[in-house]
Amino acid sequence: MKKIKREHKVRDFHQAKWDEPIIFELHKEGERGVRPPSVEQEVIDSVGDGVSILPVGMRRTEEPNLPEISQNRVLRHYLRLSQETLGAGLNVEIGQGTCTMKYSPVINEAFASSPKMTALHPSQDEETVQGMLEVTHNLDLYMREISGMDNFSFQPGSGTQALFAMASIVREYHDTNGEGNQRDEIITTIFSHPSQASTAAVKGYKIITLYPDENGYPDIDKLKEVVSERTAGFVVANPEDTGIFNSKIKEFTKIVHDAGGICYYDQANANGLLGITRAKEAGFDMCFFNLHKTFSTPHASGGPAAGALGVTEKLKPFLPTPLVEFDGAKYSLNYDLANSIGNVRSFHGVPQNILRAYAWIRGLGAEGLRDVAEIAVLNNNYLYNQILKIKGASAPYIKGERLEQVRYSWEQLTKETGVTTDDISRRMADFGHQYWTSHHPYVVPEPFTLEPTESYSKEDLDEYVASLTYIANEAYSNPEMVKNAPYNSTIHQVVDEDWFENPEKWSITWRMYLRKLEKQSVKV
Amino acid sequence: MVNKSIGRAHPYIPNTVPEVKEEMLRIIGVDTIGELFKGIPEDLQYKGKLNIPEVLDEFELRKNVGKTINKNVSTDEVISFLGGGCWEHFIPAVCDEINQRAEFVTAYAGDAYEDHGRYQAMFEYQSLMAELVDMDVVNVPTFDWAQAAATAIRMASRIKDRYEVLIPKAISPERLKVIKNYCSPHITCIMVDYCEKTGQLDLEDLKNKISSNTAAIYFENPSYLGFIETAGEQISEIAREHEAITIVGVDPSSLGVLEPPVRYGADIVCGELQPLGVHMSYGGGLSGFIATKDKVEYVQEYPSRLFGLAPTVKEGEYGFGDVLYDRTSFAQRENGKESVGTQTSMWGLTAGVYLALMGPKGMYELGQTIMQRSQYAIKELGKVEGITASRFGNVNFKEFVVDFNETGKTVEEINKQLRAKGIFGGIDLSKNFPELGECALYCVTEVHTKEEIDTLVSSIRSCK
Repeated sequence: MKKIKREHKVRDFHQAKWDEPIIFELHKEGERGVRPPSVEQEVIDSVGDGVSILPVGMRRTEEPNLPEISQNRVLRHYLRLSQETLGAGLNVEIGQGTCTMKYSPVINEAFASSPKMTALHPSQDEETVQGMLEVTHNLDLYMREISGMDNFSFQPGSGTQALFAMASIVREYHDTNGEGNQRDEIITTIFSHPSQASTAAVKGYKIITLYPDENGYPDIDKLKEVVSERTAGFVVANPEDTGIFNSKIKEFTKIVHDAGGICYYDQANANGLLGITRAKEAGFDMCFFNLHKTFSTPHASGGPAAGALGVTEKLKPFLPTPLVEFDGAKYSLNYDLANSIGNVRSFHGVPQNILRAYAWIRGLGAEGLRDVAEIAVLNNNYLYNQILKIKGASAPYIKGERLEQVRYSWEQLTKETGVTTDDISRRMADFGHQYWTSHHPYVVPEPFTLEPTESYSKEDLDEYVASLTYIANEAYSNPEMVKNAPYNSTIHQVVDEDWFENPEKWSITWRMYLRKLEKQSVKV
Repeated sequence: MVNKSIGRAHPYIPNTVPEVKEEMLRIIGVDTIGELFKGIPEDLQYKGKLNIPEVLDEFELRKNVGKTINKNVSTDEVISFLGGGCWEHFIPAVCDEINQRAEFVTAYAGDAYEDHGRYQAMFEYQSLMAELVDMDVVNVPTFDWAQAAATAIRMASRIKDRYEVLIPKAISPERLKVIKNYCSPHITCIMVDYCEKTGQLDLEDLKNKISSNTAAIYFENPSYLGFIETAGEQISEIAREHEAITIVGVDPSSLGVLEPPVRYGADIVCGELQPLGVHMSYGGGLSGFIATKDKVEYVQEYPSRLFGLAPTVKEGEYGFGDVLYDRTSFAQRENGKESVGTQTSMWGLTAGVYLALMGPKGMYELGQTIMQRSQYAIKELGKVEGITASRFGNVNFKEFVVDFNETGKTVEEINKQLRAKGIFGGIDLSKNFPELGECALYCVTEVHTKEEIDTLVSSIRSCK
């Protein structure tokens, strides 16, 4: 007998590879995946086949070209695809910076999938959804505590939609005050989520973007220069994607207020701030939190998410409706707001995420929330300390002062080896890690953004650092190895970008692929 | 009271173990965690304690939250006839099995390598949905039908460089509020009348309102009020004559039996995915789609991500990636097409599973069963004195307007009495459609048995 040695410093990983066909290739004529409910004979006797009464031209003549597959095979197919997906539940998920990939407690999934949640209709009478309204109202109260704002709407389906709602409120506010035509500019910063700029543009605003000064703070002199009677609003994250807290934020909001603009706060990344600092004291008129980031609701492969939108008293009349209210005995829905922007999402937003976030807060309490912020910042500073020891890695701008995340750079490594951040991204897949670069444009050269949250242990962080260190060393010793990655992922490298850019090739659906193939073979 | 703070690291936060904290601080080179926050000015540091209830452990949490949500009356416990944009349908167990897989539940924005399975599942959803609507291109899902319609309208406006859209007055009021918000301030929504007797779009009014400023005509099939809009071909012909785009919103549960809108001239199709295997969740199950033909001028106007197939360096492997990523606001910020972000991918994935299970036969049977059951309900309700079961003389799908004007009772009164009998009556239309008086929108799907419909009828009959 011998000891089984497990001394490798990086994980000996291989992702599941099932080599599944595209689902259409599983078609077997006559097979059935499920039978929908059948109808009683008495109903047929009464109304006949139900479809003959359809007017000519409205009845479908050719059945849809959907595959026919037995239930077990459909299940197996999707189970295999799930195994080929590296969800946060499976890995040390600190590589998708700005996404706050924290642990989503499993108990909260049980609440969200209870029929007491899933089988509620959005138009049910208030009396029959008192539990849901109570949860919503209480979450509103907690959010008010955390932010200092006076009222929350949970209608936005994500941070982007919350930003859209805030830009809509800015427009409605100035329109109501008769300054709508004059105020046509919104100021944002480059180290913020692209949705700040894009949603304001959807609402018709001209966008002014501030760039960072040498320390990484948004340039305050530039703000003074661009702010004017045309300023409708100022939207900013703090900290921004760099993780650096803008200590002059109160001056920023004052400058904008003095010019008559509204200040709104992108708190998508508030994980380092819970119980530490609040939107109100920094002078903001509005803010939003992502329930799927700071408040742990799972990211669901890209939604449904939820944006909690908070406003000060003066902007409450502009919120989307309905708001949940409580008279001490009963919860009710208030549709009657004087200047409501209308709706951004139908009905009540994403209530199952309201429930999950509520349960998460109850599972932490006030002290636990502060622990979240403190440990998220501790973890990030530990990681920051370790990453800077890796050859070729750096963190531009001011030294230290990072809260929950850092935007790093491989500028030196790329210069010295030719290996880029995109190469490293693919190589990280070989060790079972997610890794994210940055939004565009890349202001920091060869960027990568890490956000360790409170959910990972020191050992977890060490594992991630060890993988990055291994790859950085490999870049210096064997750059081709990194450039040709991945090797242990489900698939190998896609190199022909033409498939995504050329109309002759792009195949967004299976039918497009088949048709283009056929066209090509005719040509040949 | 149990002291919860002694020796108990929080289960969600491993590094609350004091010794680990100390070690990490030592490595960083600071004495306290407080020092890590020194970048936050003193006057911005919150000194108080948040007024949030004490921590609950998992057992307490289960009891506490369980007790609260048990105050809800779910539609499983009653007979519900509520629809109007969110509907009760049969959900195959496999749909829940897949969309509750931790790998999918906790995935997010990983690349096409780590998340190959997610990319393939989304590509397959796009492909399956494309077959149902008989279009080429389908996007990664939007927030809901309303936003899909709004985005489709914005796409049309950019394609045509025109800034008016024609919308039927019989549209869902919920949906209209969202559309107007997304269209403002650039695009003007002009409402087109509907025929009082049939509910159909008033073609004369349409012809009067369409002009060279019209980017698109948007209409729905089936309409919000449940009837089938039969003049699709004429409407899209009118649009074509004015070089405007035809956008049709659909409920996809109808497409096993109803002609896909492209066959009567739609250029863009959009709609709601919730009927395809997603729970209602008080509206949290909503998810929208947009579909078009494979024309460059349309594809480049989608704001959404579009996952495309591609080969890898290894023969036989399917790879995936983003088609025309540079369109998006992720790539171009305010210069991208509209705006993209986290929307509702999981419900697209679920709709894919649903369509793979149902197949063409299942979708036909679903449509047929809905039509039979709703016709039966109309017929039986029509036998009740004073009630006109379908206000509009027309063929309906899934929903229909029940006219209570002759009963002398309000919908509110009737619904209250029904609730006491364990029935959620149809949506009260009196506020949003005052011209109809006391009318309600009833929804009957494949899940409503004959017995339940009969119970509704007898309960309405016995309303005082």
